Amino acid sequence: MTVLLRIQNLTVEYKTRRGTARGVDNVSLELEENRTLGLAGESGCGKSTLGRSIMKLVPYPGQIVSGRIEMLLHDHVKYLKGVIERGIVNIIDLNEDQMRGLRGKEIAYIFQDPMTSLNPMITIETHFKEIMKAHYPDIEEEEIIGRAYEILDGLGILPERITDYPHQFSGGMRQRVMIGLGLALRPKLLIADEPTTSLDVIVEAQILEEVAELKDVFNLTMILITHNLGVLAQTADDIAIMYAGRVMELSSTESLFDDPLHPYAKALLESVPDVTHPEKKLSWIPGAPPDLTDPIPGCMYNPRCPHAMDICRTVQPDLITVDGGRLVACHLFGGEKSHGTS
Amino acid sequence: MALVEVRNIKKYFPVTKGIIDALLAREEEFVRAVDGISFEIEKGEVLGLAGESGSGKTTTGRLCVRLIRPTEGEIIYNGKDIAKLKGKELRSIRRRIQFTFQDPTSSLNPRLKIGDAIGDALRLQGIGSTEERKERTEDVLERVGLSPAKSFYNRLPHQLSGGQKQRVVFGRAIILNPEFVVTDEPVAMVDVSIKAQILDLMMDLKKELDLTYLFISHDLATSRHVCDRIAIMYLGKIVEVADKDRIYEDPLHPYAVGLMSAIPIPDPKVKKTEAVPRGEIPSPINPPSGCRFHPRCPKVFERCPNEEPELRNLGNGRQVACHLYDY
Repeated sequence: MTVLLRIQNLTVEYKTRRGTARGVDNVSLELEENRTLGLAGESGCGKSTLGRSIMKLVPYPGQIVSGRIEMLLHDHVKYLKGVIERGIVNIIDLNEDQMRGLRGKEIAYIFQDPMTSLNPMITIETHFKEIMKAHYPDIEEEEIIGRAYEILDGLGILPERITDYPHQFSGGMRQRVMIGLGLALRPKLLIADEPTTSLDVIVEAQILEEVAELKDVFNLTMILITHNLGVLAQTADDIAIMYAGRVMELSSTESLFDDPLHPYAKALLESVPDVTHPEKKLSWIPGAPPDLTDPIPGCMYNPRCPHAMDICRTVQPDLITVDGGRLVACHLFGGEKSHGTS
Repeated sequence: MALVEVRNIKKYFPVTKGIIDALLAREEEFVRAVDGISFEIEKGEVLGLAGESGSGKTTTGRLCVRLIRPTEGEIIYNGKDIAKLKGKELRSIRRRIQFTFQDPTSSLNPRLKIGDAIGDALRLQGIGSTEERKERTEDVLERVGLSPAKSFYNRLPHQLSGGQKQRVVFGRAIILNPEFVVTDEPVAMVDVSIKAQILDLMMDLKKELDLTYLFISHDLATSRHVCDRIAIMYLGKIVEVADKDRIYEDPLHPYAVGLMSAIPIPDPKVKKTEAVPRGEIPSPINPPSGCRFHPRCPKVFERCPNEEPELRNLGNGRQVACHLYDY
């Protein structure tokens, strides 16, 4: 399989008056083409910051301080002359102009809130035209409409509604429009940040199904950011569980749900209500996520961890490879070959 | 006798008319948020109210605690109709019936200490002296797990986590020793890691204070863990009521079937088999004729658009409003 995205030792910091918070702390991961990677964890664990870093859209005062984000590009890369090497570009090195070329065309980002992501003053058709013309100034209007029809149809929106304004759509329909706009330029990578969180279960299920179909049609690679592990169980190929800006475990969806390795991943899964297992006793994780401006020594999860040992309070565990290619950052699984995140 | 009995209750909200509508003498329109529903809640029971956004769940909850006045119908609480109460009488039943709002952050005054936020209800009801009220508030803080109470009393909402704020909201609801609490999406805004904590708190309070709950939630997986019975609403109507185990294992109404199949299951080996309903919930201003679900129903037949199905008793406490079960 070809690796589309390779993140190496990425660190993102937010400099606030109360101190510097590491939103993403030395994260390394790889994403193969046509796979869906789920990013999960509690609020504030850094999953959105990681997603936005890939687009270089970390909100102020966030800053990417170190690391590499390499992406494989195959074609139409004229605007990246000089920074691209054997088809691979390091996103961190790009300037704003180059990023503008990359955003939308190679990577699309779908934000959580469909209500505020669309411009209320212009029609859906104008949204499509603006996006397409920004990247292809010579494109024919007919082609824009044609592409928009095809995408909207796949998302269950009647093509004639293209002349409607955002307020004429329901929340679910607006999110579909956002997804449609994201796909308009045929990006390789789609990052969806809690795309269905504000929606009802039925609409959520509909949209996830439509996205799965479009993913095949457009050959997409996806990063799905959500706190809903039920959604990830049904859509993701691999899942990275994040905590305090670090990846705690990265496993295939099946093995994670079957046998979570990291105590945090385990605790998180045990807190998910499962409608098919009413007898399951729901548990919760005591305590709260740590204050990132005042990091504790050792493993950031140690104050909440039932298995905490002495070493956990002093040494931060590296993300290491264990059986079957799973990655875990926990001293319970020490001793094997390091994955190189130290 | 049931603690709460709702009989054929309706709530229509008028759609604001513009001056042009008035000049053209256009007919006034209404949002039929709740359109003739009836149900009962036994003492000590947890009844879940489920359905999509716009199905009328929250309006029903607000009607039950009389935050709003029904357009029509009766709400019998402890044998007494409270649907039309006003002023003093209404205030006195508020001691017995409480409501918790969905978003704990926006339902707490950011400038009010949480102790005062909880104790205010006592002041408004004229209960006890200042010291007694403070003492009672501290008791409640301990009871909802904000311990030690003295250190929490003077905090402001922004100094608390989401879960702690939700505890304050429950503290405020129980300080008057209510009998019946309507709780609107209590865990929709909290992280999954502490969901169970809030649900446990709810159930502990129920046991200790002998509470009865109306639990409003669109999250059916959570409802299954706390409710005794579930009522499913669609576009202002109840379409099915049953024991939780029956409704999850064998939903009858096609809408209930669709809703169940849409729940994301946290197990990658279980793939969904049944189809999720197509389309979206229609406008409650002009609901579809006959059965309101017929335009989306996979089992629709000629009777459905023409005749509205009644909520029929099928025995075993199960009620369904669907022509398929009319025999």
